[in-house]
Amino acid sequence: MKLIIAIIQPYKLEEVKEELYKQEVNLITVSEVLGHGRQKGVTEVYRGAKETGNLLRKVRLEIAVNDNFVEPTIKAIIKGAKTGETGDGKIFVLDLKECVRIRTEERGSLAIG
Amino acid sequence: MINSGDTAWVLISSALVMLMTPGLAFFYGGMVRRKNILGVLMQCFIILCVLSLQWVLFGYSLSFHPGNGFWGGFGWLGLKGVGLEPYADYAGTIPHQAFMIFQAMFAIITPALIIGAFAERMKFSAFLVFTLLWATFVYDPVCHWVWGMGGWLRNLGALDFAGGTVVHINAGIAALVTAIVIGRRKNLEHNAPAPHNLPFIVLGTALLWFGWFGFNAGSALAANGLAVNAFVVTNTAAAAAGLSWALIEWIHNGKPTMFGAASGAVAGLVAITPAAGFVSVVPAIAIGILVSVFCFIAVSLIKPKLGYDDSLDAFGVHCVGGIWGALATGLFASKAVNAAGNDGLFFGNPKQFLIQLSAVTVTLIYSFIVTFVIYKLVDFIFGMRVSEKEELIGLDLTQHRERAYTILE
Repeated sequence: MKLIIAIIQPYKLEEVKEELYKQEVNLITVSEVLGHGRQKGVTEVYRGAKETGNLLRKVRLEIAVNDNFVEPTIKAIIKGAKTGETGDGKIFVLDLKECVRIRTEERGSLAIG
Repeated sequence: MINSGDTAWVLISSALVMLMTPGLAFFYGGMVRRKNILGVLMQCFIILCVLSLQWVLFGYSLSFHPGNGFWGGFGWLGLKGVGLEPYADYAGTIPHQAFMIFQAMFAIITPALIIGAFAERMKFSAFLVFTLLWATFVYDPVCHWVWGMGGWLRNLGALDFAGGTVVHINAGIAALVTAIVIGRRKNLEHNAPAPHNLPFIVLGTALLWFGWFGFNAGSALAANGLAVNAFVVTNTAAAAAGLSWALIEWIHNGKPTMFGAASGAVAGLVAITPAAGFVSVVPAIAIGILVSVFCFIAVSLIKPKLGYDDSLDAFGVHCVGGIWGALATGLFASKAVNAAGNDGLFFGNPKQFLIQLSAVTVTLIYSFIVTFVIYKLVDFIFGMRVSEKEELIGLDLTQHRERAYTILE
């Protein structure tokens, strides 16, 4: 089992979700986060004062999957989120030790899907 | 002779109607996704700026100068000759400029209503040009036909107390045209965007309801019994329609919603607008109850079936509600309420209904065609729609370089 964490551009969320659904990856957790990469955001200007280089808004996806779903999930995220420009984001893949479905108390691979 | 009470009421009413445009901005702003709220607020706000100037420079002259049947001409450019003495053909007891500024607020809010149709996807620069052209070539002529001295619909005997045809049908059909021509927003199929701030919608509704007392009761152009009648039927119709929409939802969807009650109230205000100076209280209840039925059908059943993306239902509420209001005026109008008006179908004068029907039809056709031409023209020169990426990022950041809300300080 792996835990896939992806940081993507907020406006790419819909496309990434579409791609994930196509791979039958339906169980995802989404949160809005702030982060700092190499990219500069859209410059914001308030009464003439420019705001650049600030923390940028990103969307963070967390997806727990069985091993055979890891590659399809990664590919789906790339397909949905990639533009080729700085700021497209990153995907992290972590080993997942345990997973418990609270309702049934099932554990492991069974609980994940 | 200037009457101080009348002048005070018309000035207050002008201020009330002015507040409706920012009110509308919140009504619409609450409905869009949070990446687009400043875009909507800005569109409404800049209309207030641009059309205030258009109106005093040439809009008022085109609309209200006694020209021929179709337009007012240039006689009052820059308000030359529009002074502080009454102009008796429009309002004999208030300064001419008071009438002018009251009408200015109508000219401002009408194009703002259209915003609901193309929300979340129009380029700001193209929007400005489109709006200025629309105000000049659609609003000003239609306003002249119905309200201006010599206007041909006015001479035909069409009744429109406060703007059912001029404001709501006119803007509502323009909304349908722009929604169809600009096309649907991206990613609507699986994920119909939820309103990002329902309390804003309610705040906007409250400001609209409040301002509408100026819109309708102010249209009496005097502090008199007719103004009181308009005030009372306005409140009554809004109340009936808000309740009616909530009940329809309760029966149809299982729960009454805040959004529905607010939508109903606005629909009721739209529908009573042409009738406010011609009908009494009981017909106002009928007008209010029924408008929610018609608008609910338009918004919840017809729109999804036909597939046009009138994002915030500018057509579904203003055009459908406006048509019902204009026709209902032909049914329920009574000389007992307003001797200067006429009797409707239910008071023995079926001819009035036909006159109303023709005024509605003419407005629909004219506005439909000219809006289409203006849209295509501006689209050809400037491009109306933002790029797909800009649409996904949102209008706030891409059109204005600012955002409404922060996550952390």
